[in-house]
Amino acid sequence: MIIELGHFALILALAMSCCLAVLPAIGVHMEKAVLMRTGGSLAAGMFVFTLISFICLALAFIGDDFSVAYVARNSNSLLPVYYKLSAVWGAHEGSFLLWCLVMSSWTLAVALFSQQLTDDMRARVLAVLGSVSIGFYLFLIFTSNPFDRTLPFFPSEGTDLNPLLQDFGLIVHPPLLYIGYVGLSVPFAFAIASLSSGKLDAAWARWSRPWTNAAWAFLTMGITLGSWWAYYELGWGGWWFWDAVENASFMPWLIATALIHSLAATEKRGVFRSWTVLLAISAFSFSLLGAFLVRSGVLTSVHAFAVDPERGVFILWYLVIVIGGSLLLYGIRAGKMGVSVGFGWLSRESFILANNLILTVSAITVLLGTIYPLIYEWFSSGQKISVGPPYFNMVFVPLMLPLIVLMALSSGSRWRRTTTEVLLAKQPLRLLLSGVVCLIFCLLTSTWNLWFLAVSFISIWLIVNLLADVRFRLGKRGFAGLLKQTPSYYGMWLGHIGIALSALGIVTTVIMSEEIDLLMSPGDKTQIAGYDLTFEGVERVMGPNYSADRGIFEISRQDRVIEMLYPEKRLYSPSQNVMTEADISVSFWRDVYVALGEPIGNQAWSVRVHVKPLVRWIWLGGILVAIGGFTTILDKRYRRLKIARQQQFRSDTPVQASLA
Amino acid sequence: MIVARRFLVPLFGFLGLVTVLALGFRLQDPHLLPSQMLNRPLPAFNLPRLGNPSKTWSEKDLYGKVSLLNVWATWCPSCVHEHPQLMRISREQDISIFGINYNDDTVKALAWLQRYGDPFQLNIADHDGQLAIDLGVYGAPETFLLDAKGIIRYRHVGVVDEQVWADIFTPMIAELNRQDGGS
Repeated sequence: MIIELGHFALILALAMSCCLAVLPAIGVHMEKAVLMRTGGSLAAGMFVFTLISFICLALAFIGDDFSVAYVARNSNSLLPVYYKLSAVWGAHEGSFLLWCLVMSSWTLAVALFSQQLTDDMRARVLAVLGSVSIGFYLFLIFTSNPFDRTLPFFPSEGTDLNPLLQDFGLIVHPPLLYIGYVGLSVPFAFAIASLSSGKLDAAWARWSRPWTNAAWAFLTMGITLGSWWAYYELGWGGWWFWDAVENASFMPWLIATALIHSLAATEKRGVFRSWTVLLAISAFSFSLLGAFLVRSGVLTSVHAFAVDPERGVFILWYLVIVIGGSLLLYGIRAGKMGVSVGFGWLSRESFILANNLILTVSAITVLLGTIYPLIYEWFSSGQKISVGPPYFNMVFVPLMLPLIVLMALSSGSRWRRTTTEVLLAKQPLRLLLSGVVCLIFCLLTSTWNLWFLAVSFISIWLIVNLLADVRFRLGKRGFAGLLKQTPSYYGMWLGHIGIALSALGIVTTVIMSEEIDLLMSPGDKTQIAGYDLTFEGVERVMGPNYSADRGIFEISRQDRVIEMLYPEKRLYSPSQNVMTEADISVSFWRDVYVALGEPIGNQAWSVRVHVKPLVRWIWLGGILVAIGGFTTILDKRYRRLKIARQQQFRSDTPVQASLA
Repeated sequence: MIVARRFLVPLFGFLGLVTVLALGFRLQDPHLLPSQMLNRPLPAFNLPRLGNPSKTWSEKDLYGKVSLLNVWATWCPSCVHEHPQLMRISREQDISIFGINYNDDTVKALAWLQRYGDPFQLNIADHDGQLAIDLGVYGAPETFLLDAKGIIRYRHVGVVDEQVWADIFTPMIAELNRQDGGS
């Protein structure tokens, strides 16, 4: 009964999305305010019905209703209740229901927090969001329905959730990632609404900025968490694999990063208008493309969902209609945005332009690497090839270094025009300072790798520049001046610091990690990177749905015990899957990572130990970047200016005039 | 209406991309083995054994019994996921698993096997991907089902998990063994 209710609610949500796509649009066309204003309540309806549907599926999981095919495939009565809940989005169908829930939440948020927009604009934006949603609901209901039953012969027990996904990381990683992906539909909707209305002024840029920053910050969090999850859960110490699915999340991130910068330039200076619109369309297009790559099975991957050609064909048509349609509209309308504002060759605008170029090229590079196997196969009549991390590392790293250089220099730049003297005046001192810090770093670790030297030097230089910039802005006021700066400034600052820390973390981990594989019997000792590791033996432990061999290790340094580690080898009883559960001694400066391999007999085990310096900085940086993104939303400027705009708009809109 | 042509560039770029995706999608429905390979004997090869280049293997070494041929590599995260299932098959089932170590590094591959366990009867070092190309391998992991005469009976792209094993491989192997016993 609950299942049928959920299914029915989903169909109602589809109906709501159809109305949302049509009614406000008709209202705009006929200049009928009553119809335009239906958007808000329809968005609310769409959200409520999707939520009901989602809750129903969650109840089926909690109640172990194995007559539902999706529940039977992804749950088990022994599964702890929190994993039963997260299993709702553990596989294709349920995760797409979550996707729809997130989409309807963003739509509702736009409806609620857009009171300042003109009725006309608000109706257009909501209609675009509604149209985008229709495709999602159709896809869910017709090709991936999570409410399909296995009646009349249903299993008495489920096959269990994939043990890899029985983890805290999975509970939070997909929702955050989806909030980011789907959130990019908001700037997309604003771009399409502005293109269709022909009003491409600075207002839409100001409007899009907080939404874009929010979606981008969520995406950043999602990617960071995903990397962290891969690190501790896949059991082999890697944190980024250039896997097709990771690329699918990384491409929209790169484009959205370009977008948040270009939106700033458009809002402040009115430059790059048509380019910014194109980026807004592209960012969402890349997240849809990612969905296609992940869910169609066109590329094989770790995360690949169940492969189904029918789904692939559906998404491909959806891409053609949504992206193709938007780009066609762009092609027709973008030429009319005209009004180019000039800027000096050296100015904040030119820095943003260079940033956009690099980020776009990077995104296209990643895209090419991801789909190259397909192209190659086509041109070589069926021969196959695979592109691995070597390609990505080779082309991607050289692109990122100039980006950090730009970041470092841009902190001193001004809008419109900056002179070389102003920009470079203090650089010799800062370069010297960074060089010294970098040298000390190298001397202490006695590492003389060229990559390490280059990346750490540039990153430290960026940090020095950012710190100097804060000092400069505070002027003589000291700490009272801290309050004078806007949240936008702090957001930028945190974001750039985060990138510098991540870059330092990445290069240090890659170059200086140590790793050993060895055979250990109880009582054996080994040394790695100045740590002593003692294997005390293996004990048997029972979990709720698994049994495990748990290794006991003692890590010490100079005879002082630092931590006990308990890596496990688990056998999940329902699915008979064996999982390696590494244990990690975490600290700010380094991780010691211990994983159990296979039992070799006579109580001996193969053991793998990594020492990874600064690995935490990778994710710490990512979190700072995300916090930076969220900070910018607090800027009062958006709200204040919106109200000023509102009066200006209301007075000269034909709709309002006709109503009055 | 005047449309500046440069603003249509993104549209054409996108249409090109969609063509590639659509063709790629049609070309390689991942469930299907290219028809020219299915029910044909293994392509001829002569490749060194992993970690022991002095000894080479040819396709004839894989004949004689129904067996699995698994394409794997250390750069392939999915292979780590698949591995426990291969280990279980090698422990519990009476079937040989042959490995093709694809585009890989010998030292890393041997360390990997030591780390995760070795379910393979023998491992072929296909380090320039020659055999994999002959087989039409798209990526790792892929698993081929060979009958006693070394004829390819099925190809699975992606991870062989518990479910794939039970639903697809088990019935096919039972059928092949029955034919084999009958003939």
